[in-house]
Amino acid sequence: MAKDNQVLEEITSKEYEHGWTVNLEADESPKGLSEDIVRFISSKKQEPEWLLEWRLKAFRSWQKMVEPKWANVKYPEINYQDIIYYSAPKQKAGPNKLSEVDPELIKTFEKLGISLTEQKRLTGIAVDAVIDSVSVATTFKEKLGELGVIFCSFSEAVREHPELVKKYLGSVVPMNDNYFAALNSAVFSDGSFCYIPKGVRCPMELSTYFRINAANTGQFERTLIVAEEGSYVSYLEGCTAPMRDENQLHAAVVELYAMKDAQIKYSTVQNWYPGDKNGKGGIYNFVTKRGLCAGDHSKISWTQVETGSAITWKYPSCILKGDYSMGEFYSVAVTNNYQQADTGTKMTHIGKNTRSRIVSKGISAGKSQNSYRGQVHVMKRATNSRNFSQCDSLLMGDKCGAHTFPYIDVENSSSKIEHEATTSKIGEDQIFYCLQRGIDEEAAVALIVNGYAKEVLSQLPMEFAVEAQKLLALTLEGSVG
Amino acid sequence: MLTIKNLKAKVEDKLILNGINLQVNAGEIHAIMGPNGSGKSTLASVLAGREDYEVTEGEVQFLGKNLLELDPDVRACEGIFLAFQYPVEIPGVSTVNFMKTALNKIREYRGQPSLDAVAFLQLMKEKMKLVEIDQSLLSRSLNEGFSGGEKKRNEIFQMAMLEPKLSILDETDSGLDIDALRIVANGVNKLRSKNNATIVVTHYQRLLEHIVPDFVHVLYKGKIVKSGGKELALELEAKGYDWIKNEMELV
Repeated sequence: MAKDNQVLEEITSKEYEHGWTVNLEADESPKGLSEDIVRFISSKKQEPEWLLEWRLKAFRSWQKMVEPKWANVKYPEINYQDIIYYSAPKQKAGPNKLSEVDPELIKTFEKLGISLTEQKRLTGIAVDAVIDSVSVATTFKEKLGELGVIFCSFSEAVREHPELVKKYLGSVVPMNDNYFAALNSAVFSDGSFCYIPKGVRCPMELSTYFRINAANTGQFERTLIVAEEGSYVSYLEGCTAPMRDENQLHAAVVELYAMKDAQIKYSTVQNWYPGDKNGKGGIYNFVTKRGLCAGDHSKISWTQVETGSAITWKYPSCILKGDYSMGEFYSVAVTNNYQQADTGTKMTHIGKNTRSRIVSKGISAGKSQNSYRGQVHVMKRATNSRNFSQCDSLLMGDKCGAHTFPYIDVENSSSKIEHEATTSKIGEDQIFYCLQRGIDEEAAVALIVNGYAKEVLSQLPMEFAVEAQKLLALTLEGSVG
Repeated sequence: MLTIKNLKAKVEDKLILNGINLQVNAGEIHAIMGPNGSGKSTLASVLAGREDYEVTEGEVQFLGKNLLELDPDVRACEGIFLAFQYPVEIPGVSTVNFMKTALNKIREYRGQPSLDAVAFLQLMKEKMKLVEIDQSLLSRSLNEGFSGGEKKRNEIFQMAMLEPKLSILDETDSGLDIDALRIVANGVNKLRSKNNATIVVTHYQRLLEHIVPDFVHVLYKGKIVKSGGKELALELEAKGYDWIKNEMELV
């Protein structure tokens, strides 16, 4: 077992790959948060009056709220006056064509393996790239436009499609929903907007890539996806950040709105900087994600692979309002070294015959703590509803922790709820079995972990599944040994 | 091929192997028999490089190399294969995927290029016939929900895929019905060549009716106390292990 722990340690001590910074000239707000800062952000973005009012309302609610403390995570008090709330890479205001994007920025994303030059992309994936607080480029806009699909930065949506933004902004996550959502609503600077018209099946994966670059900066982006009746969209977000000694706050909001027969598939590969081996630095990832199955037979599916961040506080949820609507949550959360994750989902069954499915796979290594927190709430009128939950935890080594907090609340007698949970350790026997077949320890751990997470990884779009597999192996590299 | 000299090994503070001497040449099949707790499985594990055992004395040469200095995965790459008595389950990893990873690791060690999907599949089909195993079994998670017989057959399938120089079958017959036993034994016999060798660890003579050994060794209290030809196994079967025990007590 000693050897086992050694391999575990090695695999879990692999350094963060995306820890570099680039020298991008930035246009920043002064530190701290006040009504003036909110106005500053709004005016920087030349926003209409109604949006400024909305932000100010959110800010005032936030001032009256207290930071939630119920999650199973520990961190020092955050000084909200010590954060820069707006940072934009300096470039000619709003590039319209990729040729106008700062070459340094294009290089930044190429370093991340994301090409913003459309002809270079072999696969049909449209990308919106967000650096610090603003969106810098969106690809394949014209092609999507032919089908009536709108995919652009949030700022652009506010300018070009104000009626849609006004109608749906805050319709799923109200501005005063919770502490971090309120904060986001006050200071959000950019993000992605996506609208799929009636009956359109979006022909390519849409994806947003987030990168925090500037120091002392918080990132507060907002994503809003609206799927009209009978439409379909698959969406993916990825994120990385430089290695910095201080903690950085990331408080995003994602809202999904699915009409009758519409389907939204939302996948996340979260790889924010997790802090160093001793727990110094890293991103605080406090995110509110919620989808509303507004119409009958609609479906929202969340898939997340969480490998980064010092602290993750995130519960992608579904409100199943339409009859026969369906919500899914597939999650792999890996924590290593001193990372802490408190993540899970909330399935609220309102409509009749609604169904939800939860598959959560936690992997804890090093000295990390990994919690699953989930709620299944079946309301009185949600008759004949069903839920299936499976929460598995895998422990590597003997210094980490895995916790499960399931809440189940059923208000009628015709619904069916199933909950399964397991906890296991990567066995010495499993590793020895692999070794005896010529597979070295690192490859063995990667194989076992990927096998364990397979049910979730298989939900990801094909090429991202491969990426995610590599990322899992990388995150755990050095953790057996 | 394999030379074991005065091998002693302990687990925690208990001496389990107490001076084993054994010579195995290419083309030979050796059976190691003995009562429960005599050290048979320990010998198999020590040869494969399991960490739980500490070798305190002796040496093991395998194809001119000091085996005890090699890590378990390197031993496997050098051509040692252990068919486990209790094969472990690896959820979510199919036998196909597992074998592809293993085979390509071994090929990499030997400086050979990786097999592509087509070549791998072809090889797999060929070996499947040899051990009468169904493809649907190989697509399932490794050993998960397999019957005892399926697990053992899967071990022999893996052996066929990796083409080891020295195979060690650790109580492969335990828990097998007569049909499964025949299939497993047939597989082993078909894989036999003048270039490889097999060590069959077993409690009963039954398996040796199907896999005919060139030599039989009886292990007792961590030592080989009797060696002979295949007839020794029959004698053991007739007289029982008490015969060995009594003989040893007299000495």
